Amino acid sequence: MPAALTLRALTAQQDQLAPGHGLCAGCSESIIVRQVLAALGRPAVVALATGCLEVATTRYPWTAWQVPTVHNAFENAATTISGVEAAYRALARRGKVSGEPPVFVVFAGDGATYDIGLQWLSGALERGHRFLYVCLNNEGYMNTGAQRSSATIQGTWTTTTPVGTVVPGKPQWRKDVTAIVAAHHIPYVAQAAPHHWKDLMAKVQKAAAKQGPAFINVLAPCNRGWRFEPEETIRLSRLAADTCVWPLFEVDEGAWKLSYRPAQKRPIVDWLKAQGRFSHLLDPQRQDLALEVQSRVDQEWQQLLSRCGSG
Amino acid sequence: MTTTIARRGTKRPPVPGTPVAMNGAALVAHAMRQVRPDVVAAYPITPQTVITETFSEFVANGRVHTEFVPVESEHAAMSACIGAACAGARVQTATSGPGLALMWEVLGIASGLRLPIVMHLCTRALSAPIDILCDHSDAMAMRETGWVMLVGENVQEAYDNAIMAVKIAEDPRVSLPVANLLDGFVVTHCMERAELLPDDAVTEFVGEYSPTHPLLDLQHPVTVGALDFHDYYMEHRRQQEEGMANAKQAVEHAAREFASLFGRSYGLLDTYQLEDAEVAMVVIGSAAGTLRMVVDGLRREGVRAGLLRVRCLRPFPSQEVANALKGVQRIGVLDRSLALGAAGEPLWSDVVAALATHGAGHPVTGWVYGVGGRNTPPGQFRQAFLALLDPATQPGRAGYLGLRERR
Ligand SMILES: Cc1ncc(C[n+]2csc(CCOP(=O)(O)OP(=O)(O)O)c2C)c(N)n1
Ligand code: SF4
Ligand SMILES: [Mg+2]
Repeated sequence: MPAALTLRALTAQQDQLAPGHGLCAGCSESIIVRQVLAALGRPAVVALATGCLEVATTRYPWTAWQVPTVHNAFENAATTISGVEAAYRALARRGKVSGEPPVFVVFAGDGATYDIGLQWLSGALERGHRFLYVCLNNEGYMNTGAQRSSATIQGTWTTTTPVGTVVPGKPQWRKDVTAIVAAHHIPYVAQAAPHHWKDLMAKVQKAAAKQGPAFINVLAPCNRGWRFEPEETIRLSRLAADTCVWPLFEVDEGAWKLSYRPAQKRPIVDWLKAQGRFSHLLDPQRQDLALEVQSRVDQEWQQLLSRCGSG
Repeated sequence: MTTTIARRGTKRPPVPGTPVAMNGAALVAHAMRQVRPDVVAAYPITPQTVITETFSEFVANGRVHTEFVPVESEHAAMSACIGAACAGARVQTATSGPGLALMWEVLGIASGLRLPIVMHLCTRALSAPIDILCDHSDAMAMRETGWVMLVGENVQEAYDNAIMAVKIAEDPRVSLPVANLLDGFVVTHCMERAELLPDDAVTEFVGEYSPTHPLLDLQHPVTVGALDFHDYYMEHRRQQEEGMANAKQAVEHAAREFASLFGRSYGLLDTYQLEDAEVAMVVIGSAAGTLRMVVDGLRREGVRAGLLRVRCLRPFPSQEVANALKGVQRIGVLDRSLALGAAGEPLWSDVVAALATHGAGHPVTGWVYGVGGRNTPPGQFRQAFLALLDPATQPGRAGYLGLRERR
């Protein structure tokens, strides 16, 4: 039985990720993980990709994980869970495991998902293993000190796209991995963000009920890499949805559906000025770049609206 | 300690096999079927493909109830094997040359996590130049990844090793992955007479696998693959080393049990005419067959020639190698791969270190042969033996067999 999504019911649950881990104060990753695990209402078996979450929660001889958890390497968490899930089916057939099947969950960063592990993810989706892949998208390689990824948007300062006299931050836009995953025609794909916990958790419950692979791309505000105060995490998450730089939607059995439409779409400068990684874009000399970011966001938003049939 | 290769005894073994004419890849696929793995994840690559194809047929026809995970690369093959083994499953895969190279990162993870995965390695040259034929550069590059490595000589031995490998890997004192090496094409594709054991006898021989801390034990959640630093890494490595050291006994134990049931006996080494030898060659793999013939020829001419074939490349049986070569004055090592820029080729280096460590510091001369699949006819091995008898021949690398030198 999936958990009832009321605060009263949820606060009565035991946390599956214990405190005492080493994630930064204000990190969204532990919030998201706890939301995901609390929503399931069934035991989970977790595979982690190398990244902030993994290094901060599995420092031997301690672990923050109250559910079985495996870390293999950076790029192959989707394949690791493929193996776990295949093993489960084999062992269940031989009567060596019994009871309600667990939910097989992957937590992996945007670097692990968009870049180095895209092939491994694609293979696992195509093979149709029953698992839920959660991308913790903080728009960069944060574990290794805030380098660019292909989820980083144009103009962003990162340590491999520094703002120099010649190059003003990352030159390229981002790729749309959510749509790439949707093109695998798996049962369930969604984007979510932690400020809208009810939406995120409802999506997790839908995903976990599917017979095949499911993918949720979750925006994961990172105060260290994005340069904002730790207490602003949830505000930043909301701002991403309100500026439409991170729209919330789902693709349920192929049907695209918007989950949240801001009453008033906020201008992208609100997003840019909230974070140190964009501070150079506020310079009037760099106004072109800020306008370009706005136009890319608008384009993607329009495309999403038309996909959702609400253009 | 002297052991001999699987020559069929005169006595009928308690469990006789059925004679078959089969190539090594197909027979190894039968071994995979008979050990009943829970999960197989594999990716085709010549010359290994026959194994994956044959096994897929067994799955498709319900002859084995294994979850076959048709991954999109060899890295993914090993990654899925790791996940499945962590879950508590008996797991197998197979690969060759470039496929093994692509797996490199995760080979060490399989071993570091102490997962008893069995991999059939159909040896193949590494690129570039790209070449699908046999040499041992793939195997030699994996020696430090923490896998037990068995090297067979022929179709029968590849099959027998495939079965014993499961027992060795799953021995709780070992708990390490095992690679079953068979020479690409020479063993994988050549049809030989061999014996296929009865299914139930093999299943019984390997027994049920009972993992110690499976991920799927939901009542006892464990975290696998945690982060170590300076504070624990060294001790974990040390434990892994103990597992590797224990593998020596486990190999011998499995071989003894195998021999008592099925009649074919194996050891860490296979010696031929070594007891009174004045000159001897050390080799691994399929070339040993040709070399035995060469030894016979030299013996007929009055040369006391001998052969030492190393069956267990990791853990390297240093003491046993030194003991076996104790009385031999002139020792040659035949390497089927290069070690560019190193003091010497891989097998040569292991043998030299073994002799130096165990007090038998005879000169050791090394030759490179058969690289990239080149055929080495008996005459070339014979030349190497004769060179060993020549006092002018120096220790160290003597050169290549069968190379066309630039003029
Ligand atoms: C094969 C490999 N390449 C590179 C690394 C170094 N590395 C570890 S984590 C990481 C970045 C992780 O980024 P992401 O997946 O976005 O996770 P985050 O830490 O941002 O949550 C990198 C580059 C590695 N561990 N393995
Ligand atoms: S660097 Fe960012 S993602 Fe990593 S732990 Fe800190 S806040 Fe979280
Ligand atoms: Mg990231």
